[in-house]
Amino acid sequence: MFDNIWLIPLFPLIGFLINGLGGKAIKEEKLIGGIGSLAVLGSFAVSCETLFGLLSLPAGERVHNVTLFTWIKAGTFQADVAFLIDPLSCVMLMVVTGVGFLIHLYSIGYMHGEEGFYRFFSYLNLFTFSMLLLVMGNNLLLMFVGWEGVGLCSYLLIGYYFHKKSACDAGKKAFVMNRVGDFGFLLGIFTLYWYLGQNHGIWTIRFTDLASHAELLPVGGVVTLITLFFFLGATGKSAQIPLYTWLPDAMEGPTPVSALIHAATMVTAGVYMIARMNFLFIRAPETMLVVALVGGATALFAATIGTAQNDIKRVLAYSTVSQLGYMFLAMGVGAFSAGIFHLMTHAFFKACLFLGSGAVIHSMHYALHHAHSEDDPQDMRNMGGLKEQMPKTYWTFLVATIAIAGIPPFAGFFSKDEILWQAFSNPLHGKLNWLLWGCGAAAALLTAFYMFRLVFMTFHGQCRITPKAREHLHESPMVIVLPLIVLAFLSAVGGFFGMPKLFGVANMFEGFLAPVFNLSEEQMKAGHEIVQHSHQLEWGMMGMSIGIAAIGIVIAFIMYIKDTTLPGRFTTAFPVLHRLVYNKWYVDEIYDFLIVNPCKAFSRFLWKGFDVVVVDGLVNALATLVMGASRQLKNIQTGYVHNYALSMAIGVVVIVACYMFR
Amino acid sequence: MLTLNHYLVVGAVLFAIGAIGVLTRRNAIVIFMCVELMLNAVNLTFVALSRYLGNIDGQIFVFFVMTVAACEAAVGLALMIAFYNNRESIDVEDMKLMKW
Repeated sequence: MFDNIWLIPLFPLIGFLINGLGGKAIKEEKLIGGIGSLAVLGSFAVSCETLFGLLSLPAGERVHNVTLFTWIKAGTFQADVAFLIDPLSCVMLMVVTGVGFLIHLYSIGYMHGEEGFYRFFSYLNLFTFSMLLLVMGNNLLLMFVGWEGVGLCSYLLIGYYFHKKSACDAGKKAFVMNRVGDFGFLLGIFTLYWYLGQNHGIWTIRFTDLASHAELLPVGGVVTLITLFFFLGATGKSAQIPLYTWLPDAMEGPTPVSALIHAATMVTAGVYMIARMNFLFIRAPETMLVVALVGGATALFAATIGTAQNDIKRVLAYSTVSQLGYMFLAMGVGAFSAGIFHLMTHAFFKACLFLGSGAVIHSMHYALHHAHSEDDPQDMRNMGGLKEQMPKTYWTFLVATIAIAGIPPFAGFFSKDEILWQAFSNPLHGKLNWLLWGCGAAAALLTAFYMFRLVFMTFHGQCRITPKAREHLHESPMVIVLPLIVLAFLSAVGGFFGMPKLFGVANMFEGFLAPVFNLSEEQMKAGHEIVQHSHQLEWGMMGMSIGIAAIGIVIAFIMYIKDTTLPGRFTTAFPVLHRLVYNKWYVDEIYDFLIVNPCKAFSRFLWKGFDVVVVDGLVNALATLVMGASRQLKNIQTGYVHNYALSMAIGVVVIVACYMFR
Repeated sequence: MLTLNHYLVVGAVLFAIGAIGVLTRRNAIVIFMCVELMLNAVNLTFVALSRYLGNIDGQIFVFFVMTVAACEAAVGLALMIAFYNNRESIDVEDMKLMKW
């Protein structure tokens, strides 16, 4: 069983090597793209086999460690290259390879004619490989390798257009901010390893061993510290407050990258990590509260920014941050399977949205280019009425938008509603549940609003580019549209995997993940008083969340279809608020002021003040001393034989004198 | 009666004359001759002490010194001719190229 597991990461690695080393020589785009896509398709096939293999086993036997070889062995420390196959990693495998394959396919069309086509595909394959390592690794160290690998690929792909300064800056920003988080992750690994080994003699970094020894750990105390370290790592990778500002800037990369890395897979690594370490987090109630609060705050905060952005990709970026906030909210309230469920549905609809926006940008770029216009093809103020020219893109985009807005029976509704309900009804946070639910609900309202604002501004109303450019607008080729259709289909039906128990059916998704989470859930229930909520209340809350989404949509409809002067009047009525939101609450500026600039000033001081003056000064002073001394000493080398002979004679006399009178 | 001290004093005087000559004269040939004088002063001391101590080693050593002196004369004179060909002079004051 599961003998073929090693093939899953191997295929993308081979794809990376072929395209990375030989891509320049291959030149043929179809071949390069084909190799890249087929590599991921191969992984997807093996992942499917693994999924069916798991499903054929009874629920109690669905956790497997598959060891390939021992990687590091030093004293009590051992790290294997080994994979953990359980329902959680299997879900992630399906998402990463499935959505990943569709995005690879899409990229063949989207990146057509780009310089460095092979480079793009080799990075994309390397990313898939790293992400699979992260997901499948059965110990913390292997996971960390994948964690760093995806960070590297993210950096490389954000800076794909390396001749653009803004792209390079965005790449650096992403990398540096991720480093801050990685630092926390590492500290977490060290502390956990040291604590368990030092106090209980269990030197291990394997997830299954850690989970089975979790009861040795205290509740709170050092576990709070460890989990907070891990959570810091998660905030970096998954773009949560306070380390979220890199993600919107990461939109400088090509759109498929935004879809794959900065929406569907990499940024969910933090959520996955917390879910993986659920046995640890559940023992740290304070951390759970922090996770929930940060998640809720991020969901709301990012959503407010999303309402005022005009760049189509930036809206989606803030939407991603906000949806990731939802996932962390779910983690923080102990609704691990709901969080992972939202991770999956979000991967479907957000990948669809990003790819759809990519198709729009592609078409706009083409049209504006042919009309010799300098307008920004990503600015929604230049769009409008694209529905007619790009019907397929429009319909798939609309499906994904309805899904993210949370309208039943589309995927987003089930996952989001589950999270909101759990935030409201979980036994962990007492009175704060109201606050958490309020954050989530407000964010849901804003999400529905800004997503429909985006749809209305882009696809409805009057076309705002010149008629000349408008003639060049066109629907995208099949290779681009096909992934959109598949993803739209998944966004529509993906929710049925996890229908709530309220509907009278078993929650398949939750049931599948139960082997990973049920210990934690039991412990959560054991430690707290369970408040039984009536079904009426649950139905009511569900109705309320649908109502909230509907209100958001109606507001967007009124503002951007009915009376298009309203947004303008609104901004003149509340200029301060608009400026705050439009400028992203000035968070970047605050960070610049508080951290970046002091850092720069300190570095400048070290450069000009310390390095140049002290370090260089010391070395130069020594050199000057030696030079001065030799300038004096050179005078004794006169070139006259007599002087030399005399000094020799004097030397002899001195030596003899020493010898005689000592 | 000539004692050992007589020989040693003569040797020392000859050596001093040679050394002073080397340090004060400018003509390379004369310096060269002064060096020979110093060598021979040492030879005299060697022989005298050898005889006084009844040990043949000193006299053997004198042969070596004489051999070296002969070689030195050959090489030194050749150098001086080469120098004269270049500079029309054998004054050591003119031999001062090797300086800063």
